[in-house]
Amino acid sequence: MNRDCPLIRIRDLANRFGDHVVHEHLDLDLYSGEILGVVGGSGSGKSVLLRSIVGLRRPDEGSIEVFGEDLQSLSERRRSKLERRFGVLFQRGALFSSLNLQENVAFPMIEHIGLARSEAEFLARVKLALVGLPVNAALQTPAELSGGMIKRAALARALALDPEVLFLDEPTAGLDPIGAADFDQLLLTLRNALGLSVFLVTHDLDTLYRTCDRVAVLAKRRVLVAGRLEAVENVDDPWVRDYFHGPRARAARQSPPSSEKS
Amino acid sequence: MSSGVDNAGRLVPRLDSLSVTGDWTLVHYATLQDQVEAARARIGNAEVSSLDLSEVVTLDTAGAALLVELLGAENMTELTKDAPDLPPARRALLHTVAQAMAKPLTPQYQATSPLIDFLARTGEGLERFWRQQRLLLGFIGLILSSLIATLWRPGRWRITALVAQIQQTGLYAIGIVALLTFLVGAVVAFLGATVLQNFGATIYTVDLIAFSFLREFGVLLAAILLAGRTASAFTAQIGSMKANEEIDALRALGLNTVELLVLPRVLALLMTLPILTFIGMLSGIIGGALVCLLVLDISALQFVIILQGVPLKHFLVGLAKAPIFAFFIAAIGCLEGFKVSGSAQSVGEHTTSSVVQSIFMVILLDAIAALFFMEMGW
Repeated sequence: MNRDCPLIRIRDLANRFGDHVVHEHLDLDLYSGEILGVVGGSGSGKSVLLRSIVGLRRPDEGSIEVFGEDLQSLSERRRSKLERRFGVLFQRGALFSSLNLQENVAFPMIEHIGLARSEAEFLARVKLALVGLPVNAALQTPAELSGGMIKRAALARALALDPEVLFLDEPTAGLDPIGAADFDQLLLTLRNALGLSVFLVTHDLDTLYRTCDRVAVLAKRRVLVAGRLEAVENVDDPWVRDYFHGPRARAARQSPPSSEKS
Repeated sequence: MSSGVDNAGRLVPRLDSLSVTGDWTLVHYATLQDQVEAARARIGNAEVSSLDLSEVVTLDTAGAALLVELLGAENMTELTKDAPDLPPARRALLHTVAQAMAKPLTPQYQATSPLIDFLARTGEGLERFWRQQRLLLGFIGLILSSLIATLWRPGRWRITALVAQIQQTGLYAIGIVALLTFLVGAVVAFLGATVLQNFGATIYTVDLIAFSFLREFGVLLAAILLAGRTASAFTAQIGSMKANEEIDALRALGLNTVELLVLPRVLALLMTLPILTFIGMLSGIIGGALVCLLVLDISALQFVIILQGVPLKHFLVGLAKAPIFAFFIAAIGCLEGFKVSGSAQSVGEHTTSSVVQSIFMVILLDAIAALFFMEMGW
């Protein structure tokens, strides 16, 4: 892990919706090859932060440097090129409902790289197999799939352009415990194999304990603390204490940590 | 990383080994695929016994997928298992991709002949239509029985909901109904004038307007507008409640959804469509009268005198159809709403379907009514 030069460097970020201030003086770094878990209460602006980084929302103040370049000051074209190095998994999958799965995954490859349809669909099937979907799922439409399969397919689409940074917005929300555990395992496998950096917004304590290298706690409009789990757990703050020392957190901590975690 | 420098990967086949160099990434896919095709032609079926990956600069899943496709998943796993100079991350990538590609990747397409497809679709469509009509009939029965059940108990009348629906479906629709029928009235007057002029019978334009609007156009235009405007609104309202599980919540609370949601809507339409029909008739006749006055030199007085000669029964025939149309429009709109299955997409589909069905039903009933009234001599 390269500690000196973060892939994403957020400084002094502010986001406001009218009078409602979501972020103020928010600093956060994402380093290469790590899985960063972002936690916080409902309405603490986790998703807003994610949307600011991937360029879906223009922050009111502050700078977001990505791969050493300031996102706000880039031209539209440079930005689009940079954003191709991101993969985003939205909370409910956001698969295109008019396309089947292999078309969904092939779509960014056809649009951005200009691959022929047959080549793109071959690669799409590889990606679908990579996220553990059965072969015949490739021809199904999102409406025919279960929640877990949609999450997997959305992950395959997020991986379509071999991104360096993966943004996941509550990937295990709405999955049953088995599906969620499978997803955690998949995330670790892919991170280790593809060398991804992952920005993981989650409420799921099991995912947090199982996969994350570092955790950032969003509270009081900024990043209260960011660091390794053991360090974050012991921060003296009522919210952090309630979060990491509540009955659910205790249960999640006691489960054996994954051997694949680096 | 996708460097701009063109360093597309190359494959150098040797006697029984393969040397891989350069960038094996998605941006170079076309070049890489040519390389792989060429190598495949050269190697043929011969087993590649060693693989040299030391000169690969970058490798991503696309490049790995190509290499795995060339060498086969098992072979790739074997070849890279104990390559000493291979970085562990790269080995993990190759193994993961090889593992994913170990099973066949091409899904089974089911080939069917277009004729059978066509027949199957036709059959499916017919069956769906039949089922839909049966469902509609059942739903109408349900509405009628709840109507009768609540009629005797004024305490269960939903007056507020009824008034709100009358405002939505009636009051707010007056403008558009009046404008549309006014325009069609003018068009009919022009049409009549053009045809009747040849016979020197321009004066009969007035009868044409009066008969067509009293008997047909007043009610038909108002009903079609309501089918587009209100049936779709009913489906969207009830459908989004269904998608949001509000309908289930009502049922779980032991409340009757038909009584609560459907009856106010049906009753509101039953009251508003006759009124809108009347407004449509008036407005259409005024539109026609204006054309007569300005273009055909038929004075307003003359127009009114001819209008007075039109028997009342034509007006009643037109108005009598309004409640029937209203009932079907409301029933179809509500039924489609209840058929929504959870997703936003489904709300859209059923909204479209409710408009198509209710317009179809209005025109079908109108045709049947025209036949019936003609036979009866009304």
